[in-house]
Amino acid sequence: MAYSDKVMDHYENPRNVGTMDNDESGVGTGMVGAPACGDVMRLQIKVDEQGVIEDAKFKTYGCGSAIASSSLVTEWVKGKTLEEAGEIKNTDIAEELALPPVKIHCSVLAEDAIKAAITDYKEKQSS
Amino acid sequence: MSSPIYLDYSATTPVDKRVAEKMCHYLTMEGNFGNPASRSHQYGWDAETAVEEARVNVAALINADAKEIVWTSGATESDNLAIKGAAHFYSKRGKHIITSKTEHKAVLDTCRQLEREGYEVTYLDPEEDGIIDIAKLEAAMRDDTILVSIMHVNNEIGVIQDIEAIGELCRSRKIIFHVDAAQSAGKTEIDLQQLKVDLMSFSAHKVYGPKGIGALYVRRKPRIRIEAQMHGGGHERGMRSGTLATHQIVGMGEAFKIAKEEMVDENKRILALRDRLLTGFNDMEELYVNGNLEQRVPHNLNLSFNFVEGESLLMAIDSLAVSSGSACTSASLEPSYVLRAIGRNDELAHSSIRFSIGRFTTEEDVDFTINLLKEKVDKLRLLSPLWDMYKDGIDISTIQWNAH
Repeated sequence: MAYSDKVMDHYENPRNVGTMDNDESGVGTGMVGAPACGDVMRLQIKVDEQGVIEDAKFKTYGCGSAIASSSLVTEWVKGKTLEEAGEIKNTDIAEELALPPVKIHCSVLAEDAIKAAITDYKEKQSS
Repeated sequence: MSSPIYLDYSATTPVDKRVAEKMCHYLTMEGNFGNPASRSHQYGWDAETAVEEARVNVAALINADAKEIVWTSGATESDNLAIKGAAHFYSKRGKHIITSKTEHKAVLDTCRQLEREGYEVTYLDPEEDGIIDIAKLEAAMRDDTILVSIMHVNNEIGVIQDIEAIGELCRSRKIIFHVDAAQSAGKTEIDLQQLKVDLMSFSAHKVYGPKGIGALYVRRKPRIRIEAQMHGGGHERGMRSGTLATHQIVGMGEAFKIAKEEMVDENKRILALRDRLLTGFNDMEELYVNGNLEQRVPHNLNLSFNFVEGESLLMAIDSLAVSSGSACTSASLEPSYVLRAIGRNDELAHSSIRFSIGRFTTEEDVDFTINLLKEKVDKLRLLSPLWDMYKDGIDISTIQWNAH
């Protein structure tokens, strides 16, 4: 499969790979996908007191597009408020990475991962 | 960038230079270009001689009579001709066929077509090592079973079926036995004087011959009849019409002749390379061999690198030409049906790589492969949340995943 240069760049030099302590305050974790489907994304955000995402980390099991999509969104969410981050659309990701149609689901998964991380963070704050 | 190291000999092989050289003499005005069916002049007679010499060479590799070889366009056509041809010819005897779930698509899709025509097909599940249990095959046989089609060597996992025992069983029940031998010719011994196989499919391009040519063995004693699928000038004793492709046939004959001469030594060398490859991965965690390792051709090694997705691994090892059972490498987005049929879970199917070794593989190629795989699998595992969970002692099969 021919990938765009941007996918190859994120795949070969993934940004923000890592794990945060899920018990730490201000950390939200989103894990989406399923091993049986060939992709699992774990996206973590660290939110400061002003509600701004100060750091993001990911780990992804999946194809090159899945890795690139999750790497890209960790870059995008940093510095954004939760509200702004929640507005990232899969189409933006797919467009930025020039994903072929058969790989659109990877960008959908990345959008889901952000939303899941935000939801997790909010649930922790309210409990 | 230099060409990737070729480790996909089960997909196809390069034409051996000796074969290509010989083929060149059967194309141009200066060469032997005649139509083997032309009976009225020297050009036709010479072409016919070349075709018959090739037929003898193909028959010799499998210890058959040259009269039992029918030229086709490849193993797919041979499978179609054998299965549809026998099913149609013997349809008055019954309409039940038995095959297995790990057969090549050329067999499975042909059986599906026969189901649409009113035949009934039983698809056997192989055991977890990929081998068919003879008792289960026998249990599936019925009074109206007319045909059993089981491959000799599997294209994905390289396991060798016990076609000797299956042949005995079929013969005792008067059931016709077809074997797809595309992946076994030249890789393991085939003796059709001993084996009770009635129909056998062959391909040239898996044996260092050209693409676009194959053969079907049709037994004469006891005589097996098939209905033609291609009608026309009555070539190949009416079983397969169409002008014979002399240069392709000569290529297949030469390739099979070389295979007969060199197979024993070549297999020893290739087995040593495969053992070297597998030993090189010995210290890796969560590595699984797919399919029986003993009852297997030396050329094949199918491994699953758990917690790493196959397509991303292929991207990382793009200096190798290998294939994967991952969904992402197939048009259907389904993981390998062969690995699923032997009970591998989706994760292991997604993370599988087939290495197939051949005539031009070197020790350096194998060593390079080992080092590259280790480095890239480690890198991708550090990216993998599943690997994290495994390392933390979490059993991922107990997690409720949201399948999408």
